[in-house]
Amino acid sequence: MTTPIPTEDKRLFAYPQDRSCPWQPSSGYRELGERGPLHRVRLWDGKSIWMVTGHAQARRLLADPRMSADRSRDDFPAVLPRLDAPIFKPIAIIGFDPPVHDIHRRMLAPDFSLKQVRALRGSVEELTGKLVDDMLRKGPPAELIEDYALPIPSMVISELLGVPYDDHAFFEAKTVGLLQAKSAQDAEAAGRALWDYLDELITAKEREPGGEGVLSRLVGRVDEDGDLTREDLLRIALALLLGGHDTTSQMIALGVVTLLEHPHQLAALRADPGVLPAAVDELLRMVSVTDVSGVRVATEDIEIDGYVIRAGEGVLVSSSMTNRDPEVFPDPYRFDVHRAGGRNAASGRHHLTFGFGIHQCLGQNLARMELEVAFAVLFDRIPDLRLAVPLDGLPTRSGGTMQGVHTLPVEW
Amino acid sequence: MKVTADRRRCMAAGHCAISAPTVFDHGEDGLVVVLDADPGEDAREAVETAEDLCPSRAIAVETAGTERVPAR
Repeated sequence: MTTPIPTEDKRLFAYPQDRSCPWQPSSGYRELGERGPLHRVRLWDGKSIWMVTGHAQARRLLADPRMSADRSRDDFPAVLPRLDAPIFKPIAIIGFDPPVHDIHRRMLAPDFSLKQVRALRGSVEELTGKLVDDMLRKGPPAELIEDYALPIPSMVISELLGVPYDDHAFFEAKTVGLLQAKSAQDAEAAGRALWDYLDELITAKEREPGGEGVLSRLVGRVDEDGDLTREDLLRIALALLLGGHDTTSQMIALGVVTLLEHPHQLAALRADPGVLPAAVDELLRMVSVTDVSGVRVATEDIEIDGYVIRAGEGVLVSSSMTNRDPEVFPDPYRFDVHRAGGRNAASGRHHLTFGFGIHQCLGQNLARMELEVAFAVLFDRIPDLRLAVPLDGLPTRSGGTMQGVHTLPVEW
Repeated sequence: MKVTADRRRCMAAGHCAISAPTVFDHGEDGLVVVLDADPGEDAREAVETAEDLCPSRAIAVETAGTERVPAR
């Protein structure tokens, strides 16, 4: 079914818009945010949805059970062409509503808990140190994505899931192929390659039970008439593998760029390692590596602060703009590692980069730990690190909602 | 102040155990465990941060008969 685009919709703000600075949203987003907390925006397919830039409204909507995350619904918006690919409908956990979401999420909770993450820290410090050893042996220069930012989360999620890291070049390339695809067809092809790979891997684990990692453990829980079918497990494996390395690697890379471009902030961080957790959350707020805190569809009419979201209308919460709501973050475009004020270890955690509500990022504590280790080890071991190309010469991702650079040349 | 946590709502985000580690912890299943259901006033700011940050609205704080139930 095709609906002609009403003339007025052609004048709506087009979402998404590329950044011109790696850590700041486009000026168009900024102007939009200044006009109010909710906006009608136009997507690639001509459909219009709500874009939420107000922090309080975003939290309420993301915690509202009348907002559905079910990507298999006909009225669920495809924010980008790639999200029209069948592989994304439905993607595990993030694309399901309760009760299925809650059942699968709780199966994974022990593997991503704070205790588990703290237990992993030593081994992450060790592998990170080895990556720096290799960089120092080979360089300068170095390519920070391939040499550092990507292998850290990629090795960690491989180990955690029980996916052989020897296959990293394959699954990393297909993940980029899926998440950066410009069409549904390209996304589907990359996604199917990952699906087939994971299908073989799970078959091998079924033949030899008792192996290490989340997937081996869950293979033992598969019950076609119960809470976890084999297809559920494959969808979970795909979601965890995708979600576990691409955004974290780009957050490491863009975090390094942001720190290098704010030398006083970097110096403040180096002078007081106790600032590190708050600095990581300030970087998460500032960079907003994925601009989508959440996409939902209203299942009923919802009134919020004088706006009415009608049943069937799509809603997108922008992390880069809700993270710059001046009601919550004074002088919001300023990068300040002391923003949290040291009052409380958690007081810098109000940003919505990991989302809010029941879908808040499953791997957030793992990501925070990897980021802390990555920044601490890198700037400790290579104190005179610098970009090897001008900032405006960095090859940046475009046309999507996930920020990133294709390569990050550095020297020292 | 009286502190309760609803394990049926908990999604193991971990904010509470970081915000107020003397009041909240996690069990082997990753879900919230209340260590101190009646903490002193000196823990108020930390407990209120935990309540505010909890994404699945699992934490409730009651003060002198007035219960604050987080919006659903």
